[in-house]
Amino acid sequence: ASAQFQLAVPVAVVFAPGSVPGDLPRPLPFRDVQEMEISVNLRTTVTSRYETVYRSTTAQEEAALEAATAGEADAALHPLQDASLGSLTMYVVPETSSLLPQGISVYVGKHRSALVRAEGGLAALRIRLQQLVQVMSFTAGSITAALSDRVPDGHLGPDARRHLKSSLGYEITFSLLNPDPKSHAVEWDIEDAVNRYVQPVLDKLSLVANFSVDSQILYYAVLGVTPRFDKESSSFFLSAHSLPHVINPVEARLGSSAASLYPVLNFLLYVPEHSHSPLYIQDKDGAPVSTNAFHSPRWGGIMVYNVEAPASPQASLPLRVDVDMVRVMEVFLAQLRLLFGLSREEMPPEFLLESPGNEGLADWELDRLLWAHTVENIATVSTTLTSLAQLLDKIGNIVIKDDVASEVYRAVAAAQNAMAELAAGHLHSAFQASKEAVTSSERAFFDPSLLHLLYFPDDQKFAIYIPLFLPMAVPILLSLAKIVREARQRKKEPTKMD
Amino acid sequence: VCTSRFWFNYRHVANTLSVYRSVKRLGIPDSHIVLMLADDMACNPRNPKPATVFSHKNMELNVYGDDVEVDYRSYEVTVENFLRVLTGRIPPSTPRSKRLLSDDRSNILIYMTGHGGNGFLKFQDSEEITNVELADAFEQMWQKRRYNELLFIIDTCQGASMYERFYSPNIMALASSQVGEDSLSHQPDLGIGVHLMDRYTFYVLEFLEEIHPASQTNMNDLFQVCPKSLCVSTPGHRTDLFQRDPQNVLITDFFGSVRKVEITTEKISLDRDLAGFESK
Repeated sequence: ASAQFQLAVPVAVVFAPGSVPGDLPRPLPFRDVQEMEISVNLRTTVTSRYETVYRSTTAQEEAALEAATAGEADAALHPLQDASLGSLTMYVVPETSSLLPQGISVYVGKHRSALVRAEGGLAALRIRLQQLVQVMSFTAGSITAALSDRVPDGHLGPDARRHLKSSLGYEITFSLLNPDPKSHAVEWDIEDAVNRYVQPVLDKLSLVANFSVDSQILYYAVLGVTPRFDKESSSFFLSAHSLPHVINPVEARLGSSAASLYPVLNFLLYVPEHSHSPLYIQDKDGAPVSTNAFHSPRWGGIMVYNVEAPASPQASLPLRVDVDMVRVMEVFLAQLRLLFGLSREEMPPEFLLESPGNEGLADWELDRLLWAHTVENIATVSTTLTSLAQLLDKIGNIVIKDDVASEVYRAVAAAQNAMAELAAGHLHSAFQASKEAVTSSERAFFDPSLLHLLYFPDDQKFAIYIPLFLPMAVPILLSLAKIVREARQRKKEPTKMD
Repeated sequence: VCTSRFWFNYRHVANTLSVYRSVKRLGIPDSHIVLMLADDMACNPRNPKPATVFSHKNMELNVYGDDVEVDYRSYEVTVENFLRVLTGRIPPSTPRSKRLLSDDRSNILIYMTGHGGNGFLKFQDSEEITNVELADAFEQMWQKRRYNELLFIIDTCQGASMYERFYSPNIMALASSQVGEDSLSHQPDLGIGVHLMDRYTFYVLEFLEEIHPASQTNMNDLFQVCPKSLCVSTPGHRTDLFQRDPQNVLITDFFGSVRKVEITTEKISLDRDLAGFESK
């Protein structure tokens, strides 16, 4: 199905006094529109429009930029910005400004704004701004990953199909695996940890989907791989290439909620057996991983929690272990971000990103998710409805119930609305419309009444009825013919008898 | 999927359970398996060894182990249910274990056995699924990207006719016999009184017993299983719709579950004590 996406990003570039480049084409304030095209396949293109307003700072913004650190400036500027989803504000500060530390040219805040040092002339600034806007909204890579089923095979990068697909909800399950309850009596206050640390992140993500959280403790659950002993460090380790085999034996015991059909994200905390402690995960180069955790795309993550050796070797077993939930949640929430595709590792070195703290993700990272998911949703709706139409063409006498028809109309209207909102730069309403479109189209496509088995092709009808009726029809037709002949003869005879 | 009922079709249930067992042994959990058995052999009143289903003459291997999870049993195994599972057009009240919750990264293995003919497979002695319907169902799956790659194995008489009509990409198919040939059963067991396995699946099971989760054996080896000398029928396969070269496709891509894994190198920093936090 062909689709032309137009993604409009409203950007404001605000020049602080002393940072205005000398070679501006027009005096401030002025508007500018830049377009870039990403061609996904022959029939799908994504055109991004960056609608930029260049202006100088207001008095309040100037005051905010007087702050001592970039973080404080960001916090002070936040109420003065356009806070709608999808819009970005860049403040250009003079080259000599002390807000940005040495060697840092860009500071990305945790809302939707950034501070840029004015280095070089307008051209250099423009390139920097372009790069920054892409980081904070979407790049060609992230959009192509969202449209991965339309990309011709062979052009797919490593990011394709790695991140979670857009869904209306996700189920998160935290599991504590204790293979050795005789040695370790592990306690984890998961409920408190979820309320304190996980819920704020999920609240921030609630715009994207519904989340439900549950937790469990599994005893005597072992990993599928036996760890190896390393004499030098007298510890056990799991090598990187054995990790793929770790998950399977555990998965059979994890269980999942029978009621919901949403994708499940499993986060497992494994406390190694006393005889295999301490256990470290090694990366490809043989070095221990600092987080002692690994994750599998679209499935979840596993973290190994090593119990400190007891102070006295004669300590009685089982040892009581109180899990440090902050350490654990720092890793699990990072894995959650990575599963969604929010990684901070590929940033250029001169960018400084502010940590979002307990919220888990910055506003612009939420925007990144929304851009990708909106595009993915609309593409899915288009493919689904086209496929449904093809099915109906193929089986001419299929019956479409009224509610299926109304779902289809609703899906089409919502998808068109979403496309229009995307082109206008209203990310929030575009995303909501795209969610509605996906819900309706999935309901229409997967309606149980559309099973083509229930509709007989015409040649089957002929094949069944002809052998039944043809032999019966032969004597009937013959006697009909006889009757007609006799009737005609009777008509002729009265004239003869005269 | 085992599509035949009645005691004398014991071998079809044994076939299906052998493949189920191999797949579980290689790592696929029950939540990712939909097992359809049209009749109950283990607890059949005619079974002299109740609660067992053997695959070999000397009762060496009981494939009805301790944790068999049958999702569709007995009269629930119908063409309609089978197509519903494949296409996903299932009534909303169906539980999770009876659904195929696959996405565009899933590799699906479909194994079917029973009595078949040229272009059809018989379900429960009362209805048939034609190769056209099967091909259309796979196309519906492809349209919704319900699979990444699909391996279809069929062990019936004239099995190759069932994959003749496939037209969706990324499908590889294997059959136990060509059109016009019958698939034959292996040996009968005098103690149980019926044939225990079909030849093709028997040799496939022997082949699979050698595979372990880290094995690098590829599809070309699977194509060689059961040559005419052992099988009497000529097994066939079809790979023209498949993107990759069968040489590069590992058996464990379909029969086992080896996940892609990434080391977590990022960590977020959480504020341990939140000011103004209220307990919920």
